[in-house]
Amino acid sequence: MYRYDAIDHRIVRERVEEFRDQTRRFLAGELSEDEFRPLRLMNGLYIQRLAPMLRVAIPYGHLSSTQLRKLADIARRYDKGYGHFTTRQNLQYNWPTLESVPDILAELAEVEMHAIQTSGNCVRNTTTDAFAGVAADELIDPRPYCEIIRQWSTLHPEFAYLPRKFKIAVSGAVEDRAATLVHDIGLHVVKNAAGEVGFKVIVGGGLGRTPIIGEVVREFLPTEHLLTYLDAILRVYNRFGRRDNKYKARIKILVKALTVEGFAAKVEEEWSHLKDGPATIRPEDVAHYASFFTAPAYESLSGSPAEFAAKLAEQPAFARWVERNTRAHRQSGYRSVVLSLKKTGVPPGDASDAQMDAVADWADRFGFGEIRVAHEQNLILPDVKERDLFVLWELAKQQGFATPNVGLLTDIICCPGGDFCSLANAKSIPVAEAIQQRFDDFDYLNDLGEIDLNMSGCMNACGHHHVGHIGILGVDKNGEEWYQITLGGSQGNQTSLGKVIGPSFARAQMPDVIEKILSVYVEQRQQGERFIEAVRRLGITPFKERVYAKDH
Amino acid sequence: MQKIIKDGAIVTDDWVRLPLAEDGTVANVPQDSDVIVPLAAWLAEPQRWQSRVGRTAVWLAPDDDPAKLAASLDRLPLVAVDFPAFADGRGYSIGRLLRERYNYAGELRALGDVGQDQLHYLWQVGFNAFEIKPSQNIELALQALARFSERYQATFREPEPLFRRRVTGE
Repeated sequence: MYRYDAIDHRIVRERVEEFRDQTRRFLAGELSEDEFRPLRLMNGLYIQRLAPMLRVAIPYGHLSSTQLRKLADIARRYDKGYGHFTTRQNLQYNWPTLESVPDILAELAEVEMHAIQTSGNCVRNTTTDAFAGVAADELIDPRPYCEIIRQWSTLHPEFAYLPRKFKIAVSGAVEDRAATLVHDIGLHVVKNAAGEVGFKVIVGGGLGRTPIIGEVVREFLPTEHLLTYLDAILRVYNRFGRRDNKYKARIKILVKALTVEGFAAKVEEEWSHLKDGPATIRPEDVAHYASFFTAPAYESLSGSPAEFAAKLAEQPAFARWVERNTRAHRQSGYRSVVLSLKKTGVPPGDASDAQMDAVADWADRFGFGEIRVAHEQNLILPDVKERDLFVLWELAKQQGFATPNVGLLTDIICCPGGDFCSLANAKSIPVAEAIQQRFDDFDYLNDLGEIDLNMSGCMNACGHHHVGHIGILGVDKNGEEWYQITLGGSQGNQTSLGKVIGPSFARAQMPDVIEKILSVYVEQRQQGERFIEAVRRLGITPFKERVYAKDH
Repeated sequence: MQKIIKDGAIVTDDWVRLPLAEDGTVANVPQDSDVIVPLAAWLAEPQRWQSRVGRTAVWLAPDDDPAKLAASLDRLPLVAVDFPAFADGRGYSIGRLLRERYNYAGELRALGDVGQDQLHYLWQVGFNAFEIKPSQNIELALQALARFSERYQATFREPEPLFRRRVTGE
């Protein structure tokens, strides 16, 4: 993974000192709340319902075991002993004090971490496929480009005060696991007919209040032009994006207003002045960043060793976990392990300090000291030998990280909701828990198969409800918490936005409503048909009829 | 007379910014002092400004197009960009365009809601003069100019981005 050099360290240290000074001036009354707000947000600090919330950047979801131990240590000493992994592959602390934040940042800087641009109207943490570098279907490792984008976006002097937040996602594989179609910019690494590597550039996707699927502004951008092209897009957005209404300020609104052709023409015009300028990336520059992402020292192993095969045969629970919670690896004899942070009774994405320490230890013991954070709010050990899986499974069970539900109904993507977030209209964690409690039979869950259930406590859509096969949105009706359901959303190559099925429900009704939806699927599915495929074939009507049918 | 930051030092300054009136004109223009007039007024009455005794400069609002000033740049002693709110970042792009696309070499001044927390970025995109808002201490603001000793991007001050300097330096 990428390692800081002396300059990276210096930049982050200088930012910590700047923020320390800004915090001091705010506490001394030299900066007003209005002046301090954009400054603290640009450093990931929200003032929440109960306490400040600090969001720490985990660039493209990559963590070393050293970094994860530091995150655990900070949770222990500055927070209440836990952290929350987010859908942007970041970590949030819910209970730090405002005064302690500069010290937390200084500690993070020791392990090459920061909170720069994890909030605010600026370019946010770049995200990518959590299986980058190990996925069997990868075309090109996107991580060197993610790091190049990370550095380009970090403290960019021209784009610190954009109309609204700006999110970039990169995918290098056949299957898009980075939700690139619902980002402000989505980049797909592609090869053209001549075998050259470039990017398909998608702009103007996003969820939130106005969910829109991004559109292609350029089919093929040679890699050397990545940064000048990004500069051109951002400059057009910075100058012409709306600033009069924060709900109309995302780039998607500008793209719609100009049409994608009109927007692309403006970008191309701007780019014609920037193209081939000093920010052009040379092959030696790519090579420099790629050198941090070389394959680790894999052992040469044959797949499915005898002791692994024997355990699979003897222990059905282990076999189920392997099937659900591990993924094919490009290296024979290895698999990637998804540690489920979706145990019933635990807020989705939360991990305690002890759990984080344990995962760091497993990364060192079984892997190469690396951990990934998936945007589905799980943790991934990318390189585990098949013959070590059984031992790891037993350890993960002890920590509550082996729930065999990855990709299933109870692997719920969920924002912190009204329990923590001051933006939320409704709580989300108790609804997730009620659904997990209702559907606790793993045989039934496995029979239902892959279902993405995503939930957001408000229309800002941090829980990505629009792209859940089943989406749940918390809404406020006359001061009460209600929940609206969408069906048919999907992320990945076939990204689609869910459709609202009808009037919203009270919290207590939610498990029943989900059960009715699933009963329609179970009755009407065809052989081998996944839930989302059935929804696409049947439309929402049969689900709606069942859910809103009068009780007899 | 006011104090501003210019080229890394605190200096006294006589320029007066004149607002655009409701009717699109500029009223009460003194003949012999130095004034900064709105772009629209500059473009509307070029003769009026040429014939003054005092010097005339132009200020741009965030939604002004700097291309409209391109033909005048070699005659202007100063161009200013207004930041009505510091979180309105359009002026940063205007600064770069004036410097990098239209090759403006004179004084480029940031006006309005400008404080110490913006100075480093403003300097990087090409501004060299800053009217600091009255609520902030100008001496502290001056120190903030040097807050960051490095940066990643290609900027007006340092066109060669860090990733290139890194590799070339190896």
